[in-house]
Amino acid sequence: MPIIAALFAGVIFGLGITVSGMINPAKVLNFFDVAGTWDPSLALVMAAALITTAIGYRLVFARGTPLVEPRFLVPTRKDVDAQLLLGSAIYGLGWGLIGYCPGGVVPALGLGRIEPFVFVAALVGGMGLARLLSRLRTTSQPA
Amino acid sequence: MTEFTPVSALIGGTLIGLGATMLMWFLGRIAGISGIVSGAAFPQSFSDWSWRAAFLIGMIVAPSLYAVFMGHLPDVTLSSDLLKTVVAGLIVGVGVTFGAGCASGHGVCGIARVSPRSIVATATFMAVALVTVFVTRHVVGA
Repeated sequence: MPIIAALFAGVIFGLGITVSGMINPAKVLNFFDVAGTWDPSLALVMAAALITTAIGYRLVFARGTPLVEPRFLVPTRKDVDAQLLLGSAIYGLGWGLIGYCPGGVVPALGLGRIEPFVFVAALVGGMGLARLLSRLRTTSQPA
Repeated sequence: MTEFTPVSALIGGTLIGLGATMLMWFLGRIAGISGIVSGAAFPQSFSDWSWRAAFLIGMIVAPSLYAVFMGHLPDVTLSSDLLKTVVAGLIVGVGVTFGAGCASGHGVCGIARVSPRSIVATATFMAVALVTVFVTRHVVGA
């Protein structure tokens, strides 16, 4: 049951990425190219997604519990630290270099092209590297 | 060059929001794609892995469903520079892990919850992406 629910949600989310054009990294890069071939589409995608999610979350949280799991698993941290800022800045650099973000590139795997697979392999490699680095850091500096 | 597509942007954005709402409604989870990919690639238990894999498979079949309705796959322009693709992938992977999220987890789900961390993270990665595109297209590449 959780698997079918997740699959269904993934299809709708992926259709949103596809229909919105965010599956196309060129469209993402053009959003950031305000001094050149600017394409404002991404702003409307984010605005529509945000409004829908904000309303949807309100309705869902008002129910008290999710349908097929015992409770909501939502991040609770509120502090802004250097790691959040530095990590987000690094992500912005990579995103601006190529135009793929994790949400955009996963549906692009379904296009039958090699490039998204190359990106995802490197993406997972980068995630593994970061996990290794943070593990080394926590073991060398307790507390 | 890509065209401004306001109607499909609004329809697609609404679908993204619906997908995120459904994942929270059904499973109580944030639709942060970097976190879902990370948990799928480095699994902790089968039950934690299986919903992530199912969500990602749903995302991957979406373009084919789109093609069933529209008669063609969506238009994309992908960089053929595979070295740049690998370098950018590594950078994004490191960044989203330390930054604890990407455009979906922070930019949509986090801001929808009015999370201060997500608002700051989104402002940061959008600003750096903007500067990166400006530098690569108008300073170095010009």
